[in-house]
Amino acid sequence: MSVTEAAKVALTAIAANRLRSALTVLGVVIGVMSVVLLVAVGTGARDEVTAGVEDLGSNLLLVVPGTFEFGQAPTVSKFTTDEVDRLARELTGRAAVTGSLASGETVRAGTVSAFASLLGVTAEFDEVLNREVARGEFLTDSDVATGRRVAVLGSSAGAALFPGSDPIGKNVTVAGVRFRVIGVLDELGAALGVDRDSQVLLPITAAQRLLGTRRVDTIFVKAPDAAALDAVTASVESVLDDRLGPEEYSVLTQSEILGVAGQILDTLTYVLAAIAGISLLVGGIGVSNIMLVSVQERTREIGLRKALGARTRDITSQFLVEAMVLCGVGGVLGIGTGVGLAFVAERFTPVPAAVTAWSVALAFGTSVAVGVIFGVFPARRAGRLDPVVALRYE
Amino acid sequence: MTPVVEAVDVTREYVLGAGRKAAAVTVRALRGVSFAVEPGEFVAIAGPSGSGKSTLLHLLGALDRPTAGSLRFSGRDVADLDDVELATLRNREIGFVFQQFQLLTRTSALANVALPLVYAGVRRGERRERAVAALEAVGLGSRLNHRPAQLSGGEQQRVAVARALVTRPRLLLADEPTGNLDTTTGAEIMRLLRDLNRDFGVALVVITHDTEVAALAPRRIRIRDGLLDDGAVAPPAPRALDDAGPARASAG
Repeated sequence: MSVTEAAKVALTAIAANRLRSALTVLGVVIGVMSVVLLVAVGTGARDEVTAGVEDLGSNLLLVVPGTFEFGQAPTVSKFTTDEVDRLARELTGRAAVTGSLASGETVRAGTVSAFASLLGVTAEFDEVLNREVARGEFLTDSDVATGRRVAVLGSSAGAALFPGSDPIGKNVTVAGVRFRVIGVLDELGAALGVDRDSQVLLPITAAQRLLGTRRVDTIFVKAPDAAALDAVTASVESVLDDRLGPEEYSVLTQSEILGVAGQILDTLTYVLAAIAGISLLVGGIGVSNIMLVSVQERTREIGLRKALGARTRDITSQFLVEAMVLCGVGGVLGIGTGVGLAFVAERFTPVPAAVTAWSVALAFGTSVAVGVIFGVFPARRAGRLDPVVALRYE
Repeated sequence: MTPVVEAVDVTREYVLGAGRKAAAVTVRALRGVSFAVEPGEFVAIAGPSGSGKSTLLHLLGALDRPTAGSLRFSGRDVADLDDVELATLRNREIGFVFQQFQLLTRTSALANVALPLVYAGVRRGERRERAVAALEAVGLGSRLNHRPAQLSGGEQQRVAVARALVTRPRLLLADEPTGNLDTTTGAEIMRLLRDLNRDFGVALVVITHDTEVAALAPRRIRIRDGLLDDGAVAPPAPRALDDAGPARASAG
């Protein structure tokens, strides 16, 4: 019996039990859909983190407190503006240096209030981190030196605090202290559902006074190009080693950050795929189960077919094709639903989702493989039926 | 001419409860059966239930193999054939007609009749032509696309007869072909089978417990307790058990 004949017989059998077939297919649909969707979410998360880190530029060094390892608890920073100044002096002409101090605060403008990520920075921040001022001006060295009470708003912070009006020249209040808005930054976009445009930038000295600390959380060093990173790293380390122990700071390149973040997100993707795989397995068992029922119900038909000259192989392939059709249909519908839901998630929720060709191919391949694996047992059972026994079956 | 089918001292034993050796019981369903069916012959095999009739049917249909003795189809011993060759033999040389019709309920009369040709590897166009011709030969030329449920019992059995003939077999094997039909319809089916036997030269073996049906055949073989009583053709069969049966049909 040819494959087309087997497929026709399979379709007739599937059509004869529409509800049962539909429910069986549904199990496969859910499994395949989960694989496509969850892998898309994992991949989307990874893409966003990668894009977010790459936004910073490949020639950027981060100096962070403590040792930077997967699973390491964050350490309280021992950096102060002294370190930032010393690095800036030491690296003059070779690299640009800035420092930042971060804190979440409620910011008010008139009757409007918004929770913003407050960032104390030095005047080089925009240059080092490639931020552009859309309107107004950025903080100056003199603003930082004197701790002037001025602020630069991220684009969404500006829009939230001053809906429908220009924030430049107006005041915002943080913890009872007033700051005059002198600039608004260009839009950056969201990463991992975090709005990176809700920042409120203050001179770091003003921020330290406001928060009652001398701390600097992160120091950013921008080398002129990626080739200079090693030399600049060495200089940074020689300056900081005079003042801090080696375990009190780490110098990271973008690729190191990506390495650790990628490790976490790869693990996440695999875990999601494994969970989805379990539902696909359950769907496959459903197919196996329904195929066994189908074989049982059609015992007499099998006996008859054998009497009319069907070989064991003909019967086996008939049922195998039936299982594969069930799984193939489930696979196509599952991919459709998974891709659709991933699109909806990407478009309408903060959850990032990127459908990859490999996950679609894998899901479809797996669903057909599930059909074969879970179809083989019932199909062989059908093929091996003794025609004499099968014909007598009531 | 080579007999269509020839049995020489065929026995068939079943082991019941084979899983546990102590409980295993051997049942001898056929105890040394010999006879031959010549091309174009019409033979009735009659016997009460439990006589070994069904066992013999399965052997004659190449659905089963004898435990001992030799069973030859067109001179080929089934002992020398593997399962695939046996399936091909059933497909090419034997046509089955069952008491329960055994039609596939979800497909048309035409598709039912064409089914053996699918396994014979015949192309779609030729399958259709031959199936139409077979249905016309049994008088159902106007019922090609009816499903079994839309046909009467007699018509369903005609579809089954057409299916048995479509591969142009040498042997038509009918197992209680009138068992599920009323007397008139049953007689019609028997007439049809006899006509086909005469017109196409296909050997016809009808297995039945109905003496009226058996009486239509020029040659009758009685089976009882796993032994044949066929005075005319078969080699001397042991007669110890069923010699004096009062319901025995007259020989020849």
